[in-house]
Amino acid sequence: MKNTFIGTSMERREDLRFLRGKGIYVDDLAPSNLLYAVIMRSNIAHGRLKSIDASAALKIPGVHSVITAKDMPGGPPIIPMRLQPLPEFKPFEQLVIADDKVRYVGEPLAMVLAESVAIGEDALEVIALEIEDLPAVPDWRAAEKNESLLFEPAGSNRALTFEARKGDADAAFKNAPYVRREQLRTGRHFGLTLEPRGVMAEWDAASGHLTVSGAAKVPFFNRRILAKQIGLPEEAITMIENDVGGGYGARGEFYPEDFLIPFAARHVNRPVKWIEDRRENLIAMNHARESEADIEIACERDGTIIGLRGFVHTDMGAYMRTNGAVGARNIPQFMGGPYRVPHVKIDSLLWMTNKTPVGTYRGPGRYEGSFYIERLLDMVAHDLGIDRVELRRRNLITSAEQPYEIATVQPTDARDQYDSGDYEQALDRCLKEFGWNDKAKLQGKLIDGRYHGLAVCCFVEGGAAGPKESARLEINSDGTISVFMGSSAVGQGVETVFAQIAADALEVPVDRISHVHHGSTTTVSDGYGAYHSRSVVMGGSALLDAATKFQAAIKDAAAKRLGCNASEVRLGEDKVFGPGGKSLLLAELAGLTVEGAFLNKKHTYSYGTHAAHITVDAKLGQVQIVDYMVVQDVGRAINPMTLRGQIIGSLVQGLGGAMLEHLQYDEQGQFLTGTLADYLLPTAGDFPNLRCIVTEDHPSPINPLGAKGAGEGGIVAAGGVMANAVANALQSFGVQPRQLPLTPTYIWELVQAGQRQAAE
Amino acid sequence: MKMPAFEYACPETLAEAVALLASHDGEAKPIAGGQSLLPMMAFRVAQPTLLVDLRKLAELRGIRISSDGVRLGALVRWRDIQDDARLATAHPLLADAIKHVAHYQVRNRGTVGGSMAHADPASEMPGVAVTCDAEIAVRGKSGTRTIKAADFFLGALTTALAPDEIITEVRLPAWPANRRHGFQEFARRRGDFAMSGVALFYDLDAGGKAANAHVGVIGVGDHPKRLAAVEAVVNGQTVDEATIAKAVAAASAAVEPPDDIHASAAYRKALTGTLVERALRSAAA
Ligand SMILES: Cc1cc2nc3c(=O)[nH]c(=O)nc-3n(C[C@H](O)[C@H](O)[C@H](O)COP(=O)(O)OP(=O)(O)OC[C@H]3O[C@@H](n4cnc5c(N)ncnc54)[C@H](O)[C@@H]3O)c2cc1C
Repeated sequence: MKNTFIGTSMERREDLRFLRGKGIYVDDLAPSNLLYAVIMRSNIAHGRLKSIDASAALKIPGVHSVITAKDMPGGPPIIPMRLQPLPEFKPFEQLVIADDKVRYVGEPLAMVLAESVAIGEDALEVIALEIEDLPAVPDWRAAEKNESLLFEPAGSNRALTFEARKGDADAAFKNAPYVRREQLRTGRHFGLTLEPRGVMAEWDAASGHLTVSGAAKVPFFNRRILAKQIGLPEEAITMIENDVGGGYGARGEFYPEDFLIPFAARHVNRPVKWIEDRRENLIAMNHARESEADIEIACERDGTIIGLRGFVHTDMGAYMRTNGAVGARNIPQFMGGPYRVPHVKIDSLLWMTNKTPVGTYRGPGRYEGSFYIERLLDMVAHDLGIDRVELRRRNLITSAEQPYEIATVQPTDARDQYDSGDYEQALDRCLKEFGWNDKAKLQGKLIDGRYHGLAVCCFVEGGAAGPKESARLEINSDGTISVFMGSSAVGQGVETVFAQIAADALEVPVDRISHVHHGSTTTVSDGYGAYHSRSVVMGGSALLDAATKFQAAIKDAAAKRLGCNASEVRLGEDKVFGPGGKSLLLAELAGLTVEGAFLNKKHTYSYGTHAAHITVDAKLGQVQIVDYMVVQDVGRAINPMTLRGQIIGSLVQGLGGAMLEHLQYDEQGQFLTGTLADYLLPTAGDFPNLRCIVTEDHPSPINPLGAKGAGEGGIVAAGGVMANAVANALQSFGVQPRQLPLTPTYIWELVQAGQRQAAE
Repeated sequence: MKMPAFEYACPETLAEAVALLASHDGEAKPIAGGQSLLPMMAFRVAQPTLLVDLRKLAELRGIRISSDGVRLGALVRWRDIQDDARLATAHPLLADAIKHVAHYQVRNRGTVGGSMAHADPASEMPGVAVTCDAEIAVRGKSGTRTIKAADFFLGALTTALAPDEIITEVRLPAWPANRRHGFQEFARRRGDFAMSGVALFYDLDAGGKAANAHVGVIGVGDHPKRLAAVEAVVNGQTVDEATIAKAVAAASAAVEPPDDIHASAAYRKALTGTLVERALRSAAA
């Protein structure tokens, strides 16, 4: 039997559970004797913590205890960096609870343990806080002055400068016939998950074992951190992944609560649960994206890109968190996107400010970089009188140039190359499906009070971060097979795609794969989790390895029972056959288990093109999408339907960041967008008319599936496309958007400025 | 975001409800649809010690239409207004405005009385009430009284209601056949509170000229108000391009909106003009 589940649009096996309300999220867990944790957070952006007096709170019936930094022997531990753990970042890492200084609104100061969340919140109201105000650093421009320092011993608010280099940019710029310099900005937004974070910890004093539920993304890594912080061996901690309502890079990183709740459970020897509420979610979960580029592009007269040179400033918020440096590193490295850029010299500066710390969000740095290059390209096309599509076509990296080396980033010596692909093929496919030629005549036209605009942008998306992933297969007592993955499920539908991969590899019907377990530290010996669009490539490839070894192990075990050679054993669906008509039920080998792994240092680069047709009401500054097409080549699509869901979902998030979502602060570092009436997420009616097509023209050469990470391509180009489409629609006013989000006020201001200029 | 502890009562009569409010020194609050009050309590911005549920008070229900006009019981929900086909002619401005309130779920619960008492500066019902010279009937421990809409809204989330008073009814004057109207608002997402909104009407006289113009705005100040300067521009004129242009300029000049996280003051000023323009166009169409 030769299966072809891979490549089939199978319905998600997890959906029945979710649709019937049978999903189990961390908040559904309620062991007896449970205490609820509520966290007191700073309402001051920058200050010195003088005292916390909880005596009145402790008198409230139902309040069990109030824990502060003082309750932690040896002081509160710090949260280490997971990615790019440079010594330079050490002074900027976060303590799990404020000890001396507070540096952002939302920083944990104390934790109340109570019989209910409501009682815990009653207690918050009577805890007396004394914080001496310090001048707030509200943005990178203030940070740069170094007048008020977040970390006095560091002597500067700048944590680091990443240097992206390729070729000799200074020499190339000197001789360039055309140069344009621009200041461009992306707004602060984040990977808001509909299910906020949550942690529940249970301490078994008798066995000295700690069980932590609510894990996601990188449970094995987080267990290592927690074990060290709390002084337990790793084996004494089990991290459990429950159903997860969204990850997007933000959930599952190690946050203060990931220490505080386990600590509390052990401290009071009772189970303790904390569920982030929405207001906390907006100030406690990693922020992302806020950056500003002061960037020059150099081109030949025919539009051939010569180089990119300049500076990027990223607003890091108050601390360097686990993966906080990724965006700032990626922006300069990936600003060239799918285009050939021979010379790069970009310094990316990381500024500490009194805001919630940043981390990765789907397409980290690539979203920002894409906005920068795509805005520049449309301006170049305009200046040099070249068609926008033609300009891109000229500069796309060709398949003959693959693998293509991109800029190297210091001090981490980050070198990278694109793996494969024909970017122009994706561009052509997108133009055709979108109907570019028919729509082209609408550009800038005013019809029934709305200006029509088009834009097209090309992108690459990175995936498949190494170094390793593990997968394990096991025979159940009924002869079905369970899959155990080191990857995590954060809503991407990995249970379905891993079942497809396993069924194909084992040549069994897909319903013989009874369960796909994932994300807990109990599944495999060594797991790496879900980030950088790595689950299918890394986990799926590990699963192939496990399947090969598993089949061999079954043959060995069966040969022993049947008294023959392993080479004589043939595998069936639920039976194994030996010579002479002898057979054995798979169920008789129940418990047989084998682990496989995939090791990989290279990255996959899926790629494609976005095209949009929008209309703008210039008086309202209102943008509506008429049509939007994404074509993405993913090498190999395990499940085209769920993949299209990933593309559309990430596209809507990209449009949210381009049009609506904006985390705002005032000059004192006070947070202004603390509800979902203030922080505007896309709702069902906001972005209709989105389409996507998945192609499989160029399988990745670096993994046996040929698959490429593909969960982030929908988001990457959305900002550039929308801004370019607005510029195209409002060309009669000379509008050039230079920042995101494209709010009605901003678009209206650009139109006003254009009208004033025309009048002068 | 859990509510502080409170007591709950669900009286059978209006008199009982008023007595409960009166006996709690301003610490008790009526609850109708709960769509504004409960979020305020979850944020602990409002901390009433007693909630007096109005749901059993049948006399606060119902839409009554007569030659005097439209009477909306305080417990009338947005959904009731949308479902009442009579309003398309009895009060088309109301019908048009209420379409813009919130989302499906909120419209199923939010009430006329709750909206008036809550007095969000951008809410539609108070805007219609002010534009149409509505009267608000209230009942308190010292009896009933009616308050003119123009005197009812004192500021953002502040009204002329005493703590023991319950709104029983909002009365909109009758809608003559020669009345022309327009309602326009703009929010960043459908159903959000508007960055600016305009409700207006005028009566066409025999000569085709506008008379009795009423132009109200929401979302650009701390409470809804009428723009006398715009009304003056429209009265006695044919509503043509020239009149509209004058009205737009007058409207932008008449409002002094604040900056906020969703829009700048300058934008809101211009937006108000644009919405007046579009509302007048649709009225004249
Ligand atoms: C997501 C969301 C979006 C919204 N968008 C809009 C919008 O676009 N436009 C809009 O207008 N509204 C909007 N609202 C508000 C909604 O319409 C509310 O329901 C309404 O403002 C209040 O009505 P309620 O019946 O829910 O009042 P409640 O929440 O029950 O009460 C509100 C206040 O009124 C008082 N009160 C209630 N009834 C009476 C009475 N009869 N007499 C005296 N006091 C009384 C209460 O004590 C309380 O102070 C929105 C709400 C939400 C949650």
